[in-house]
Amino acid sequence: MDLADLKSGRLGADDYARNFADGHPPLNRTQALIEAERCYYCYDAPCQTACPTGIDIPSFIQRIAQDNVRGAAESILTANPLGGMCARVCPTEVLCEQACVRNANESKPVEIGLLQRFAVEGHFANPGAKPLFTRSAATGKRIAVVGAGPAGLAAAHGLARRGHDVTLFDANPKLGGLNEYGLATYKVAGGFAQKEIDWLLSIGGISPKLNSRLGRDISLDGLLAEYDAVFLGLGLSGVNALGIAEPQLRGLRDAVDFIAELRQSAPEIVAVGRKVVVIGGGMTAVDAAAQSKLLGAEQVTMVYRRGPDGLSASEYEQHWAQTHGVTLRCWARPLSVEASGGMLRGMRFAATKLEGGKLVDTGEQFFLEADMVLRAIGQTYEAAPAGAAIELQGGRIKTDEQFRTSLTRVWAGGDCRYGGRDLTVEAVEHGKRAAASIHAELTGVAHG
Amino acid sequence: MADLSTNFLGIRSPNPFWLASAPPTDKEVNVRRAFEAGWGGVVWKTLGEDPPVVNVNGPRYATLWSQDRRVIGFNNIELISDRPLQTNLDEIKRVKRDFPDRAMVVSLMVPVNEPSWKAILERVADTGADAVELNFGCPHGMSERGMGSAVGQVPEYIQQVTEWCKKLTKMPVIVKLTPNITDVRFPARAAKAGGADAVSLINTINSVMGVDLDRMTMSPVTDGLGSHGGYCGQAVKPIALNMVAEIARDAATAGLPISGIGGITTWRDAAEFIAMGCGTVQVCTAAMVYGFKIVQDMCSGLSNFMDEKGYKSLADFQGRAVPTVKNWNQLNLNYVEKAVIDQDSCIKCGRCHVVCEDTSHQAIFATKNGQRHFEVNDAECVGCNLCVSICPVPGTITMRKLQPGETDARTGRVIDGSYANWTTHPNNPMRSCT
Repeated sequence: MDLADLKSGRLGADDYARNFADGHPPLNRTQALIEAERCYYCYDAPCQTACPTGIDIPSFIQRIAQDNVRGAAESILTANPLGGMCARVCPTEVLCEQACVRNANESKPVEIGLLQRFAVEGHFANPGAKPLFTRSAATGKRIAVVGAGPAGLAAAHGLARRGHDVTLFDANPKLGGLNEYGLATYKVAGGFAQKEIDWLLSIGGISPKLNSRLGRDISLDGLLAEYDAVFLGLGLSGVNALGIAEPQLRGLRDAVDFIAELRQSAPEIVAVGRKVVVIGGGMTAVDAAAQSKLLGAEQVTMVYRRGPDGLSASEYEQHWAQTHGVTLRCWARPLSVEASGGMLRGMRFAATKLEGGKLVDTGEQFFLEADMVLRAIGQTYEAAPAGAAIELQGGRIKTDEQFRTSLTRVWAGGDCRYGGRDLTVEAVEHGKRAAASIHAELTGVAHG
Repeated sequence: MADLSTNFLGIRSPNPFWLASAPPTDKEVNVRRAFEAGWGGVVWKTLGEDPPVVNVNGPRYATLWSQDRRVIGFNNIELISDRPLQTNLDEIKRVKRDFPDRAMVVSLMVPVNEPSWKAILERVADTGADAVELNFGCPHGMSERGMGSAVGQVPEYIQQVTEWCKKLTKMPVIVKLTPNITDVRFPARAAKAGGADAVSLINTINSVMGVDLDRMTMSPVTDGLGSHGGYCGQAVKPIALNMVAEIARDAATAGLPISGIGGITTWRDAAEFIAMGCGTVQVCTAAMVYGFKIVQDMCSGLSNFMDEKGYKSLADFQGRAVPTVKNWNQLNLNYVEKAVIDQDSCIKCGRCHVVCEDTSHQAIFATKNGQRHFEVNDAECVGCNLCVSICPVPGTITMRKLQPGETDARTGRVIDGSYANWTTHPNNPMRSCT
């Protein structure tokens, strides 16, 4: 074959519709009531302790059981304004649901994530509902939030609630950050990311400024001159390279770009290889691999250099990938990208093993044919846009426990901040707590 | 295999499970299906005088649900049989002829005058039925017309009508009592004084199931208006069991045969009523929730229980629990229990802690060495059983009896194994001298 087999439109219209529909259908009311009644309403509930945003899970579930969806949504959104997205993307099996006491006897926790989704979406589906939150009296303070991903959105909402005026900057043409560009389509079916943002902005006091990239269209110094405080929720815009020669080839690309393209386009027009190799072992790798398969790729292999224990994709995500036809291949590192005639042909790998705690090659090699290779070996914080003045730690922005950076009047949170697990729900908590800290500092009033 | 057969007032039935007088026993077609499914007997739905009563054509039933829509309480406003008397009598005769080994009791309700009772008893006798049950219990509709619970609430009426019936028929007379009274011993004594061969209880309890908060009406309603109904089902079992126990242990009525009714849903419920003195049990709601087949599961469970315990017949354990029911002033105040939490099966939900802390005796620790851990503080535990009652894991919290020689950490008193009740307690100003 002369050309790499990389093309769109491999499937029929019905296949696309089915493949990119909601990956995990929501509970209906009957299912939600039955599931809600399983909750024991624990004292000092372990699930709540395990939630990075501290949602009062027993209360919201009790409210579902009492047919009070609005009250349930209020309980969730008070602690986590992005509780709807978190319900869809949180790795609940290592957070709230892992802590559920039902595991002890049944190995089957209460489906907290699905119940949370039921409550939030049930509330959003009621357009005439009286607002859950109203803004405090205007403070006259103006705050720039840079980055409209989970951290920035949570910060903006928390600040607007407290009466501050927020300008929400983002480099992209849409708000949402990872929620809009970085998640598999089947996780956020039904345009949920924008629905959630619409609700979030409905509180008032948040003015979006899109297509505004820090370091290009706006500068930190400029913002500090104009605003009382700045929150940086910049995320991770750099993508790790494979560390081998990477020729310019049509089929070799970053998984994050592939995922973003799928989120912003009809799947029918997104090109995918017949044989796809995804390098990496995280959530991004799973999203890219599973969606390659859903676009009609015949063979999709996720290759990870260490053993299964090291995969950062949750077990649930791994299972999802495998049941969707993705082959998971551990203990192999990329050696070279193979191409001929300007066409990607595949990748050569070295088999690895652990020896004395160190990853070493076994000496064996293998070749995987591929028309498309997606890089998903992690993302990095790009320091240049925010400038060299901000102190970093481990390559990311250093903050104190109040999310204050080394610069006065500048706060930071989300993945760009050092010290987290790169979870959406943690980013929300950072934004939420930073908002409280900014408020306290600007008004001299302690505010939870 | 245990013998489940009963001989109640000379009426034999292959098992103690009778269908109570209610919708399931309204017609031949139902009763035949019931007998084919294995019910030991039926009390035919209450017959009255012609012309028949008329029922509403709106909701007759309503429910109290627990989790997963399990019916735990049930309410009805159906009246006595709304079919012509002769139709019922003909059917009773046919069914009894075809199922001679089953108990066929006929429930009756006519106005409080002797000729009315005489007339209906004569016609029932002709059916070959085994006994009659006088419905002095029905609390809705019929009571407004001076029948049902309106009779059952006046001991003198009970006695009078029972006397008439005993005089007018050779069939055994069972008097069905209403729980809508203050002290069930008085109607039971009246029934006995009137010559009743047995009592059956309880009939249903006055109840309004709810309010429709959209329409702001009681619920359910017929064309916007409702009326209280009779409440039954699992939720009423403790009320029924108490009333059975009161009659079984009252000197005036002790030994009077009892057919137990009230929320019997499982073999275990039935065994409990029998242990509390009942000779048969009557079931309605369980059949209306699950269908007639449920009797097979009740028989299976009762039979296996009896085999396991070595009871050959129901008489081997009938009434065995009655002597343990006493007035509160007979309870041993020197006896001490403490709750114990099994750490291996505890799932650490913490409910025992918070309810003890908030509503009882602050006797359960929530942490140990900084870890989530629930343990009883004997120095505060009064043995109240709240934690046992609310723990979601069966068997995880149990009560342990302090043995003689042990010290109660709460009071500092050494347990000596003695018995002393309130009647002799120093705090009792009315105490009797010892």
